[in-house]
Amino acid sequence: MTQPLKPVIVGAGPAGIRAAQILVAHGLRPIVIDESARWGGQIYRQAPGNFARSSKQLYGFDARKADSVLFAMDSLLSKVDYRPNTLVWNAEGGQLDVLHEGHTSVVDYTDLIVATGATDRILPFKGWTLPGVFSMGGAQVALKFQGCAIGQKVVFAGSGPLLYLVAYQYAKAGANVMAVLDSSHFSQQIKAVPSLLNQATVFAKGVYYLAWLKAHGIAIHYGATPIEVMGAQSVEKLIWRNSQGVHEIDCDAVATGYGLRSESQLADILGCKFVFSNSENSWIPQKDVAGRSTVQHVYLAGDGAGIQGADAAEWAGELAGLALIEDGQIQQQKNHASRTDELAKYLQKRVAFGRGLSIAFQDPQNWARQTTDDCHLPLRRNYCRRHQTVGTIYGGTRCQPPESNVSGWNGKVSRKNVRARYSSTACRLHSSINRKSWSS
Amino acid sequence: MHQNTAMVQQGQLVRLVELNRKKLTIYINGVATEALEGDTLLTVILTHQKFIRKTEFSGSERAGFCLMGACQDCWVFTEDGSRLRSCSTLVQANMKLVTPKATP
Repeated sequence: MTQPLKPVIVGAGPAGIRAAQILVAHGLRPIVIDESARWGGQIYRQAPGNFARSSKQLYGFDARKADSVLFAMDSLLSKVDYRPNTLVWNAEGGQLDVLHEGHTSVVDYTDLIVATGATDRILPFKGWTLPGVFSMGGAQVALKFQGCAIGQKVVFAGSGPLLYLVAYQYAKAGANVMAVLDSSHFSQQIKAVPSLLNQATVFAKGVYYLAWLKAHGIAIHYGATPIEVMGAQSVEKLIWRNSQGVHEIDCDAVATGYGLRSESQLADILGCKFVFSNSENSWIPQKDVAGRSTVQHVYLAGDGAGIQGADAAEWAGELAGLALIEDGQIQQQKNHASRTDELAKYLQKRVAFGRGLSIAFQDPQNWARQTTDDCHLPLRRNYCRRHQTVGTIYGGTRCQPPESNVSGWNGKVSRKNVRARYSSTACRLHSSINRKSWSS
Repeated sequence: MHQNTAMVQQGQLVRLVELNRKKLTIYINGVATEALEGDTLLTVILTHQKFIRKTEFSGSERAGFCLMGACQDCWVFTEDGSRLRSCSTLVQANMKLVTPKATP
């Protein structure tokens, strides 16, 4: 007789919810741990209970999908052990260390589905720590979750689909959008069209936001990179550059982000093997088609293991659930094999779309070389005090450059490390130029 | 106790929608400050002023960054000394928060 499974799912976004649904359908009662107060993840983040906007107003074109995911979890609540407001801060020997309302405790698991999602990919520029600069996702949270704009005069600077979506949501809600600065070039976006058409409805939404912004007279600049945010105590203006030269915009808030970055720290702590993804320009945990990581009994689903978006996260969550059932030798449902194949096919199709996105939305070229010495680049806590700026990294002989995007966060210690989770991309780009200078 | 009106114009965040919520009063540095039910502490503070805290490294002002509990740049203290992530803590009536004075 085998031991009964104690499955735990980390994350209650689209991937975690669909995974939970599968496990429950097979008679299991998973623990679902989530950092947020309410389920839905970031994409389908729910507003506080007393807010009045409809899901159409909150989620736009994705309202139907949001409703479906949110309702799915709603109907699972009595069948899972749901633990909101709970943070996983360590994992070792079949146990998760969790933090809930200031108290730590231990959660045992036999099988783990890691559905930790993503946050913004941030490339710091001088002055990015001034009050008034927020992440792109943060700007969206302010509006979706709190009904607020991040300022009176907002600039959106970065790249990726979220750039146009959030700018559109702001303008539509009546915020004053000063400009959209896209670091990628229009010609790149045209080049990407064939692979993007793979997911025609997603592509169409992007085109719609862009057209809407243009029709409402909002300035959109391509190949545009922020150089410096200036202001005495908060944002007063943004200096930026494109091929025509250096410009400035009067503003009191900047939203910035260059696509998304997998929240892969837990997979790292669990010892999963990572592979370098050229299309995402970062390290992501390795998994098979169904979501099996390189560590037995650990499954990866959703944006936490490579950015593919919310639809793919739902498929990947379901698929990881099915894989867990298969591996746990639990009685499978009749359509198990065919459903597994079908989901794998959906995900395969999504990969090509992801490649298209990476062509369409490119990082600013030579970002690491162009950052000035006084740009803040918070690293791991033990590096933080001494090496706060780009200049001190190169100036200080004591500091080894961080080797990968995983190293930006000292996972096992805590997350006291200010903004370090957001420095990983920057660290990696900087370490790559450091390596070059050593070898030359 | 006087109402914290002088600072209203200086807020960083601007309320656009969801304005018809129940009003609550909290205290920021002892000053009665209006909040709406469902606000996070970050929203209450930043609709009245431009920053939340000062970083322990350089002492410069910070106003949060990610708004989703990841960046650790929006910590706020209550009068009794407990520390809260202001972006992910919902406001309760009569809370007493402490924020540092702005650098002159």
